[in-house]
Amino acid sequence: MKENNLDIQNPILSIKDLSIAYVQDKYAVKNVNAEIERNAITAIMGPSGCGKSTLLRAINRMHELYPNINTKGEILLHQENIYKMDTIKLRRKIGMVFQRPNPFPTMSIYDNVIAGYKLNGVKLKKQQRDEIVEKSLQDVTLWSEVKDSLFKKGTFLSGGQQQRLCIARALAYNPEVILLDEPTSALDPIATARVEELLVELKKKYTIVLVTHNMSQAARISDNSLFMYLGELVEYGKTNVMFTNPIDSRTEAYLTGQFG
Amino acid sequence: MISITINRNISPSIKFKDNSNLRKLKNRIFKIIIIILSIITISPIVLILSKLVIKGFRQINIDFFTQVAPDTFEAMMAIASGDVIPGGIANGITGTLLIVIIASVIAIPIGVITGVYLYENQGKKYANLIRNLSDILQGVPSIVLGIIGYLWVVLRVTNGFSAFAGSVALSIMMLPLIVRSTEETMKMVPENIKEAAAALGVPYHKIILRVMIPSSFSGLLTGILLAISRVLGETAPLLLTTLGSSFINLNISKPTSAVPLLIWNFYNDPNMINLIWSSSLFLIGLVLALNLIAKRIIARREK
Repeated sequence: MKENNLDIQNPILSIKDLSIAYVQDKYAVKNVNAEIERNAITAIMGPSGCGKSTLLRAINRMHELYPNINTKGEILLHQENIYKMDTIKLRRKIGMVFQRPNPFPTMSIYDNVIAGYKLNGVKLKKQQRDEIVEKSLQDVTLWSEVKDSLFKKGTFLSGGQQQRLCIARALAYNPEVILLDEPTSALDPIATARVEELLVELKKKYTIVLVTHNMSQAARISDNSLFMYLGELVEYGKTNVMFTNPIDSRTEAYLTGQFG
Repeated sequence: MISITINRNISPSIKFKDNSNLRKLKNRIFKIIIIILSIITISPIVLILSKLVIKGFRQINIDFFTQVAPDTFEAMMAIASGDVIPGGIANGITGTLLIVIIASVIAIPIGVITGVYLYENQGKKYANLIRNLSDILQGVPSIVLGIIGYLWVVLRVTNGFSAFAGSVALSIMMLPLIVRSTEETMKMVPENIKEAAAALGVPYHKIILRVMIPSSFSGLLTGILLAISRVLGETAPLLLTTLGSSFINLNISKPTSAVPLLIWNFYNDPNMINLIWSSSLFLIGLVLALNLIAKRIIARREK
């Protein structure tokens, strides 16, 4: 990293010398070092192909679903190396929301919310399940819209509602960190605004890491921003500082719309 | 006042000949050719079905489904007095059901598991080898599978002709169809559904069992139904394995009849000609019904 004007005490996540290659010796993420602040929204921005999604997906070891992805370096969650943890336990602590809403097509709204428990074979009493579903859906402000159709398929909802359902699904399992990979890029402006409000609300309880293509979104909701370019972390700082007074010339060029 | 002028002489050098009548004629001829060709395509199935209905309808009654096949003397007497042939094909229907159900019990789990394996190991050497072998298996003539069933099961396992030997032969026929359809339907499940489950910390085997297979369930069912309808009418492998029986048999280690075997027997007996039509009608009806159910499932899935 070239520029860093952040000094984060007691970070929840520390990324150390992380490099990721899809093809032998062609790195999509190069030597990234960053620390993620607790109960804050950290935005990862940058032009297409800069490695921002790749970096995000390393945090819950999503890359291991696919063969031949080579990862070097380490990521610490509470000072514990995630590559030495059990992936299943790790992913329960670090939830993820994807670019396209992806509720399970065979499950009802209700079952989608408690899918984490259901698929992992955690037995809950009906009362507990009802509580979790109601609370999670209220957290994502979806409860009033769907409380009369909880047993309909999740795929009948609108795109924005589906995305909030997916966030509820991640919240229901009570993770510490929520990773969001361009969560609003498939949504219309109104749905986007609701998801953004929701994220600002959620940071009180969770740590949020957000990949976004949309600079104004990062400016609106994030506390800290990482700017990546060609796999390198170019600049990392407080969002309001970086947007008003970027240090690196590439950051400035991107933020002023000269490329991206 | 705004006036808009449009220049209509964009390319004055190109002159269009007015040959619209000729073009209309060509269009019409083309349309007629297409209609004739499509009639030729569908005429065999229409002719077969109408022939079977006309010739076989008279024989289809309650006895047809509940009685075993008559002997040639009974049939001869009935024909002489102008009655319908007594008896039915109950031994064939129960035999076909028995053989096909056992074949499905063998082929469905192996086929689905292999299909899932191929889906999960795209592009790997061993998976490619299995996929190619399975494609070759699909091309093996059914009589050869009958011989295999005879050598492996009739001679070694059941020590005599048996329904089980027939089921083994038919299950080998069903396997490649189920493997391929499983792999193809699993491919159609969006990758992000799998990622969603993985991101919840769901272990791998549960992702397959509780997310991937339910999401592709209708596709799996369609593939299985088509595989069943493919083997329902198989005669050659059964001739060498289950042999046939004049009684209703539900013991898988004993010789058993089947509808296509009965048709073959009726064909060899001049007094039983009428039963050929009705048995064939029944068999085609069964296959058509399975195909229609499969089509309905596909249509529902695509909605």
